[in-house]
Amino acid sequence: MKVVLKNLTKKFPSRDKKSKAEVTAVDNFDFEIPSGMLIGLLGPSGCGKSTTLNMISGLEAPTSGRIFFGDEDVTDVAPENRGIGLVFQNYALYPHLTVHDNIIFPLQNLRGKDKLSKEEMDKRALEVAKLVQIEDYMERKPSELSGGQQQRVAIARALIKTPLVLLLDEPLSNLDARLRLQTREEIKRIQQKTGVTTIFVTHDQEEAMSISDLIVVMKDGKLQQIGKPQSVYDEPANFFVAKFLGTPAINTFEGEVKDGFLYIGKDKVLKADRLSDRKVFVGIRPEGFVIDEKGPFKCELKAVEVMGRDTSVVSTHEGMLSSSIRSIIASEDRPDANLKEISFSLKPSKVHLFDKETEERLLF
Amino acid sequence: MKKLKLKQLKGWLYLLPALLFLGFFMVYPLADVLVYSAEEGYNFASQSFFGYGLYNFKYVLRDPFFLQALKNTFIIVIITVPISTGLALLISLKLHSIKPLKEAFQTIYFLPYVTNTLAVGLVFMILFKKTAYSDGLINLLIKAFGGSAVDFIDGPYWAKLFVMCFYTIWVVMPFKILILTSALAGVNEDYYKAARIDGTRKFRIFYKITLPMISPMIFYLIITGFIGAFKAYSDEVAIFGTNLNAAGMNTIVGYVYDMLYGNSGGYPSYASAASLILFAIVFTITVINLLISKGNARA
Repeated sequence: MKVVLKNLTKKFPSRDKKSKAEVTAVDNFDFEIPSGMLIGLLGPSGCGKSTTLNMISGLEAPTSGRIFFGDEDVTDVAPENRGIGLVFQNYALYPHLTVHDNIIFPLQNLRGKDKLSKEEMDKRALEVAKLVQIEDYMERKPSELSGGQQQRVAIARALIKTPLVLLLDEPLSNLDARLRLQTREEIKRIQQKTGVTTIFVTHDQEEAMSISDLIVVMKDGKLQQIGKPQSVYDEPANFFVAKFLGTPAINTFEGEVKDGFLYIGKDKVLKADRLSDRKVFVGIRPEGFVIDEKGPFKCELKAVEVMGRDTSVVSTHEGMLSSSIRSIIASEDRPDANLKEISFSLKPSKVHLFDKETEERLLF
Repeated sequence: MKKLKLKQLKGWLYLLPALLFLGFFMVYPLADVLVYSAEEGYNFASQSFFGYGLYNFKYVLRDPFFLQALKNTFIIVIITVPISTGLALLISLKLHSIKPLKEAFQTIYFLPYVTNTLAVGLVFMILFKKTAYSDGLINLLIKAFGGSAVDFIDGPYWAKLFVMCFYTIWVVMPFKILILTSALAGVNEDYYKAARIDGTRKFRIFYKITLPMISPMIFYLIITGFIGAFKAYSDEVAIFGTNLNAAGMNTIVGYVYDMLYGNSGGYPSYASAASLILFAIVFTITVINLLISKGNARA
C-alpha cells in the first residue's frame, strides 16, 4: 500500500501560556512512499518525525494537509479503521497478559462478522509468532523476556491483523548495541517476508542507512531530502544532511571559490570552474582523503588511530569548522605518527560544497 | 571472623535506639495486653487477680454490648469498604478523564481528608439531627418529596446505621480518590494508544488494561479500608456522642475504650480480651485479602 502525504502540517499551541505563538512540528510535508518499502524517517530529536508517524497512524490529527493510503483519503479515518500496525518505542506490551494474549489482543476486539473463533485466533497467533520467532515463549509474561524478544512480540501484535502499513517508533532505541544490530536485520527480514509497507522513525542515521529502502531526512519539521540511503549519502541536498549522515561525521570547513578553484585556507585544493567566486561551506567525507606528499591539502598531524581494517588520521587545518579533521585511510598507507605535517589530495566525489547563505549544495 | 563480629555488634548498636523504642512502646504493651487478657477477676484498685484463664474472653463474647458492637462493626465494614472503594474508583476515573478544572475538582474531593472529624460530625448533625426547632436538612428534603421525617440520630437502628455508613464512606473516600487518581495517572499513555489503534472498546480498555494496571493499589485500599473500618470509633463519637452503648451504635474499639475509661471503666482485662478478638478478626481478614490478591496477581 503506498502512502502519500500532501502538504501535511501540524502545529501545536506553544507551551508558554503567555505567548500565542504556535510551534510548527511538521511543516508542509509532501511526499510519496511507494508500496512495499521499508522507509526510515530520520532526523535529530524534536524534528517532528514522531509527530509525522502519529499523524499517519491517526493518533494525531494534522492541522492541515491530507494523508492517502493508496488512493483512499484516510485523513479523517479513525486509527482502528486505517489498517495500520504500530509498534511503540517502549513496546507497550500489557504486562499482566502472556505473550499469546498480548498477540491476540487486537483480534479479540473484533466484533460482528469479523469475530474469530478461538482456534482461528490461536492459529493466527502461532503463524505470526513463528514469523517473528517467538513461538517458544507464548506462555511467558513480557517481564520474563529480553528487550529484543519484547520487541518481536510488539511487532507480532502489530502484524496480526495484517495491516496495510506497519509503523515503528524508534524500534531499536531501547536495545543494547549488540541486540540493535541483530534486531534491525530482523526487522528487515520480517518486512521483506510480509511485504508490508513499513515506516520507522529513528534518530540514528546508521540504523536508517543500514536497513531502509528509502530514507526521509527531516529537520525542524521540514523535509530535507528523500532518497536511497547511498544516494542521500553521496549527494546530500544541503549542509545539514551532509553533516547528519555518516560515521565518522563529514569534516566541515569554510572555503572560498576563486578564479575557478576551491581554496580552503591558503590551500588551493580542487578545481571548481562551474562556480563563480564566492564563499562556501565545504564538507569532505573521511574517506575522501588520500595521503599524497605532493597533495595540495596540508594539515597538521595530531594522531594516528589504528582500527584494524583501516586507520583513522586525526589532524587540524586552519579552515576547519570542527575541532579536528578525521580521515579514514587504508591500513597499508598508514603514515608515520611522528610526522608534524601531512598532505592530502582529495577525491572530488567525496567533497561537497554548500552555499553559505542557503546551505544548499552547489555543484562544482 | 573477629572483625565480622565487631561489625555485627556495631550494627546492633545502631539499631539499639529504635529497638528500645519499639520494645517499650510496641512489644511491651502488646505482651501486657496478652497478660491482662488472661488475668481473671483483675481488680483495678488493688491490682490483684485470682488466676489465669480464658474467663475474660468468655465474658466479653457473652456481653450483649460487645455483641452489639461486633455487629455494628461488621455491618460498617461490609457496607462501607466496597461502596467507598467502588465509588472512589468511579470518581477517580471521571476525574482522570476530565481536562478543564481538573486540579480544582481534585482539591474539592480531597478536602474532607484534611477536615477535622468532629467538625465534619457537626455538619452531619445539621444535616440529620432532629431538634425542637428543625428536623434537619435531610428531613426537610424527605418531606418536600412527600415522605415523613425520620430521626436519624436518635431514631430507629437502620436510620442511625445509614447515617453512620454515609458518614464513614464520605470520610474515607478522599484518600482513596487521591491514591487511585495517582495510580491512574501512572498508567503509561502508550497502553491506551495501543488499545485505540487496535480498536478496543472503552469498557474492555477499562476491564483489560486499566483495572489490572491499578489493581495493586485497589488491593492496598481494600486491605487498609478493612483495617480502618474495623478500628472505627471516632466517627461514631462525632455523630452519636460518647455514650455509644446507649445509642446502640458502639463499635469494638468503642467497647474497648468504654471498658478502660468509660462509665463502666476500670476493666482492663475485658478491654484486652476484646482488643485481642479484634486483632484476630483483622488479622484473619487481612490474610484472606492478601491470599486473594496474590492469587489474582498470578492469574
